[in-house]
Amino acid sequence: MQGLPSEHIVPLKVYFTVASALFVLLALTVGVSLIDLGPFNIVVALVIAVAKMLLVVLFFMHVRWSSRLVWLFASGGILWLAILFALTMSDFLTR
Amino acid sequence: MSDHAHPTPVAHQFDDREQQTEVGRLGMWLFLATEILFFGGLFTAYLVMRWKWPEAFAVANSKMDVTLGAINTAVLLTSSLTMALGVRAAQLGRGKGSFALIIATMVFGLAFLGIKAVEYARKFQEGLFPGPGFVFEGATGRQVETFFSLYFMMTGLHALHMVVGIGILTVIAAMIRRGRFSPDYYAPVEISGLYWHFVDIIWIFLFPLLYLIHPHL
Repeated sequence: MQGLPSEHIVPLKVYFTVASALFVLLALTVGVSLIDLGPFNIVVALVIAVAKMLLVVLFFMHVRWSSRLVWLFASGGILWLAILFALTMSDFLTR
Repeated sequence: MSDHAHPTPVAHQFDDREQQTEVGRLGMWLFLATEILFFGGLFTAYLVMRWKWPEAFAVANSKMDVTLGAINTAVLLTSSLTMALGVRAAQLGRGKGSFALIIATMVFGLAFLGIKAVEYARKFQEGLFPGPGFVFEGATGRQVETFFSLYFMMTGLHALHMVVGIGILTVIAAMIRRGRFSPDYYAPVEISGLYWHFVDIIWIFLFPLLYLIHPHL
């Protein structure tokens, strides 16, 4: 936890840097999709998507400066999604 | 957000403004957690189908318009930037700036929906909408149809969220116009922003999953 959640004014530079990074990652994900990496194409695409998600969540959604409870709520949804994926695939992969 | 606006009182069940804002913020995050699972069902269906039929998904992917998909991703990322800047302007009590940025966010949102409508229209013309009119030559036709069922359901649910988001921002813009917010009270702007960014994140995953499946998979 850094700074007061509701008082924190993020400098403009941070928002523009994050937006630039998001556009670079968009170009990167399209670029990589044109190269044949076999099964790793989807891995790279998802790593880039997660990186973009983290940029949006941490900076645009202010989670970086938010309370521990917000961190908990934000990661809770992802955790339950992971459980949904894991239990479903544990069925399909062991048939 | 005029200077002479009456400060919005803290609701009686809260100790102070800080607590009230935090409760609202947590409420939206809790709602977003349910939204992750709402979309999660479709993402799970996608995971299972793609795992079962990788070739059919790669074939179906050749029918997708990567250029329009990439442009739409850029449009949504830009809308997230204007949304974040709109919240910042509200934090600083800059009503005019905040209003303009929220309107810009809505315009980008509408542009996204417009491009999506063009894509949908083309898919209908090409006979790629699942159902009796679905036309696809090849042995994996039924599996390709399943891909397009997922495509229309996932992007359709996402587009519905965009429409709701634009509706919410219309209300927020009207509230800004009436000077309802101040540096002391801007929680509705911030919380609406959280929703908008969430819808952006869903698209961040839909784009590579639906448009960028490698043909050599």
